[in-house]
Amino acid sequence: MADALSSFRICDFTGILAGAGATKWLAGFGAEVIRIEDPVNEGRWDILRGRQPWVDERRGINLGGAFNNHNVGKLGITLNLRTEKAREILERLVAVSDVVTENFSKGVMERWGFGYERLKAIKPDIIYVSNCGFGHTGPYSEFKSFGPVVQAISGLTFTSGLPDQPPAGWGYSYMDHTGAYYHAMAILLALIHRHRTGEGQWVDLSCTDAALTLHGPALLDWTVNGRPTRREGRPHANRNFWPPMAPHGIYPSQGDDDWVAIACRNQDDWERLCDVVDEDWCRDPQFADAPSRHASQDGLDEHLSAWTAERTKFAIQALLRDAGVPVSAVLKPGERIDVDPSTGAFGLWPTVTHPEIGEIRVDGQPVHFSETDWHYERSGPCLGEHNEQVLTELLGFTSEEVASFQEEGVL
Amino acid sequence: MTGAIGNSRPRPGALQGVRVVELARDPIAFAGKLLGDMGADVILVEPPGGDPARRYPPFADDEPGEDRSLYWWHYHTSKRGVVIDLDDEAGRDRFRALIATADVLLEAEPRQRLETLGIDYDDLQSIRSDLVHVAVTPYGRADPKSDLPFTDLTLMAAGGPPWSCGYDDHSLPPVRGPLQGFHIACHFAVMSTLTALLHRAISGTGQFIDVSMTAAGNVTTEGASYNWLIARNTVQRQTGRHASVNPSVETQQLCADGRYANTGVGPRQAKGFAALDKWLKELGLFAELPEAVFLELGAQHEGPLDISKIGEDDEITAIFGASRAALRLIASKLSAQEFFVGCQRAGLTAGAVNAPEEAFEDEHFKSHGFQVPVFHEDLGRDVVYPGAPIRLPECPWAISRRAPKLGEHDDEVFAELALQVDGGR
Ligand SMILES: CC(C)(COP(=O)(O)OP(=O)(O)OC[C@H]1O[C@@H](n2cnc3c(N)ncnc32)[C@H](O)[C@@H]1OP(=O)(O)O)[C@@H](O)C(=O)NCCC(=O)NCCS
Repeated sequence: MADALSSFRICDFTGILAGAGATKWLAGFGAEVIRIEDPVNEGRWDILRGRQPWVDERRGINLGGAFNNHNVGKLGITLNLRTEKAREILERLVAVSDVVTENFSKGVMERWGFGYERLKAIKPDIIYVSNCGFGHTGPYSEFKSFGPVVQAISGLTFTSGLPDQPPAGWGYSYMDHTGAYYHAMAILLALIHRHRTGEGQWVDLSCTDAALTLHGPALLDWTVNGRPTRREGRPHANRNFWPPMAPHGIYPSQGDDDWVAIACRNQDDWERLCDVVDEDWCRDPQFADAPSRHASQDGLDEHLSAWTAERTKFAIQALLRDAGVPVSAVLKPGERIDVDPSTGAFGLWPTVTHPEIGEIRVDGQPVHFSETDWHYERSGPCLGEHNEQVLTELLGFTSEEVASFQEEGVL
Repeated sequence: MTGAIGNSRPRPGALQGVRVVELARDPIAFAGKLLGDMGADVILVEPPGGDPARRYPPFADDEPGEDRSLYWWHYHTSKRGVVIDLDDEAGRDRFRALIATADVLLEAEPRQRLETLGIDYDDLQSIRSDLVHVAVTPYGRADPKSDLPFTDLTLMAAGGPPWSCGYDDHSLPPVRGPLQGFHIACHFAVMSTLTALLHRAISGTGQFIDVSMTAAGNVTTEGASYNWLIARNTVQRQTGRHASVNPSVETQQLCADGRYANTGVGPRQAKGFAALDKWLKELGLFAELPEAVFLELGAQHEGPLDISKIGEDDEITAIFGASRAALRLIASKLSAQEFFVGCQRAGLTAGAVNAPEEAFEDEHFKSHGFQVPVFHEDLGRDVVYPGAPIRLPECPWAISRRAPKLGEHDDEVFAELALQVDGGR
């Protein structure tokens, strides 16, 4: 099968997840992604480099499982950009790349002498996509960020919570994943524009701005109606207000921290739910129609929780699926990866072979293309694994030169 | 084109000249908006009577009514709207005529509906050979589970995100970030569309793309998936911070103004401990924290402090313990905003837990032009919308028009197709 993006080369300084996730997508569709790391600190700017989870008792810079997960399909080289020689090598690489991309804080590339103007001087139609967290302009441009900070500032931590509780937030870096999705979109959009016009550009991506677009109509409710989301009874994240649904929530079930999500979209769903539950409260007039159920949702949830608590989540899921009510067990990682046959059947967890780790499963992509599907065979690169290959085959250095670069601390 | 509605583009968007036909369904509305705001000519196809989301709250000025749904306004910017009855042969003819002019079909129809109607990818390819057809379903087109009824909440529960989100107190339920189940799927629909369009621009070939909404959730869970894939470990949810295999220290602190702050990862290098030590003293809080002396020790440390030595090395344990206590103490004495800005000025990565509207009113985002007025000619006023997720200087994001009224562009679009308006309604 052909690759969609095999004609593009990416000079890739990104890392961790917010950046690495973007170039992982491109690599899956065949782009040549050359990831560049700092040999002096063994690439540890990327906090996942050489960090847990591990497959076994072995520890080492190349054995980090999360790093491998986010960097499959990429080539890896080292360049110590404190040295003049490394900057010359970088200049050669930029000259043959379509895209230069990074997620450092503001000013890092500039300090190396590789700001956008210089990149453009080396390659006039270069596409440069940076994500420094808050963007390169504005009062917070110098501030650094990780996913939880982006989520906090943008309001995503706040809206994920229950009333009368502190914010629950996201139990992971949702905005590193999602920042990576916008980062990939930025690169693809700029490539589409260049294909049409021949023009490159610098896309100053701000992951936090992207996060602020994810509130649905809440911000219009603010600008049009003056209604804040910080108010009595809110947030109530497991309920649905647009459109109102009741019952709608995550309910306790039998088992070890087991839960089940149930949603009644309309009167039909409610009646189907009642046919299954068939207890007196189902016929209580205060639950008779959608507006009254919405008005008495706390009481409704209490009754439904008492019913769900006496059954297992999978038993409830089976009963309500048969009845045609939207339902899902809250799946634990092992359940969705190894028990639910759907993810495996979709091919969602490909296995790559890592030179040191061995065979290891990774996150795939949740899509399939009929003509140019994604695929990952190559593992995340070991530190400097492709120095020789990239410098000789692509950049025209000799093996002897590469060996001396290595000795001089350039690579 | 009725260019007077909405804003005119300063320059063409990246997707200028790309026509997207979107079959109106809630889960993909955001994908169509993203493509439209990036410059595509998105034609939203609704059934007679309109898409149900037209009647979702909240409403403008809290008055329910036709064309007053803010939900609709938000998710359907930069689209033109037409009515086509796909259950009617004349309607399908009209749809085929539209597809003949389209680059992309974006749909989230029930799994077998288009095939039954004779307008699935195989049929449409003979009309438009290089069509990019993006189909979004709960479990993918091949999986019968895609036929089950679903909502954003049930997709999220099945896909994995809620397992990781919630509170230290596990008697409280896991929590779903509202709307994001659909949003995650839309992000993958858009990345797929862009990738396929680029491939088509080079090769001339279109293709069919199968997007699974639950699979999208599954690969948007960070450590929950890879801790299982790599080590068969299950992460456990914790209040306001990463779910983890082993419990970690709290990072969320109530501030003096009743709002919360995220105290972040704290310092790792001597420089950071020195900055924290200095700030604590400036605030006159040094005396309140007996263990603050360990910050001075951290400030004198050579090289990065190894966080994995916490619990093993007494000095390192004390230094990190002191920095966490200092951050929490400072946060409790300042407003969340003061804490955030103070930390960041000291080089420490931390944040204030804003409500969405608080972020929206923040000067930083305003300075990016994030507040975007869109003229609603029917109301005779500007409405301020959230702005660009991505600012592309050479091919800018823009809201080119407000959301369409039902059938608003029937005449215009069908005239473009040289068809008669009363043909296939
Ligand atoms: C993630 C983040 C907080 C880390 O902060 P940090 O460790 O202080 O790193 P910075 O990006 O500020 O700087 C990177 C440093 O590594 C150096 N470096 C990186 N690669 C190098 C190389 N190949 N050769 C030499 N030096 C290199 C840089 O020169 C810079 O050092 P300097 O500041 O002395 O110039 C920060 O990079 C950031 O805010 N990024 C943007 C938002 C983001 O993507 N966050 C991560 C989400 S997963």
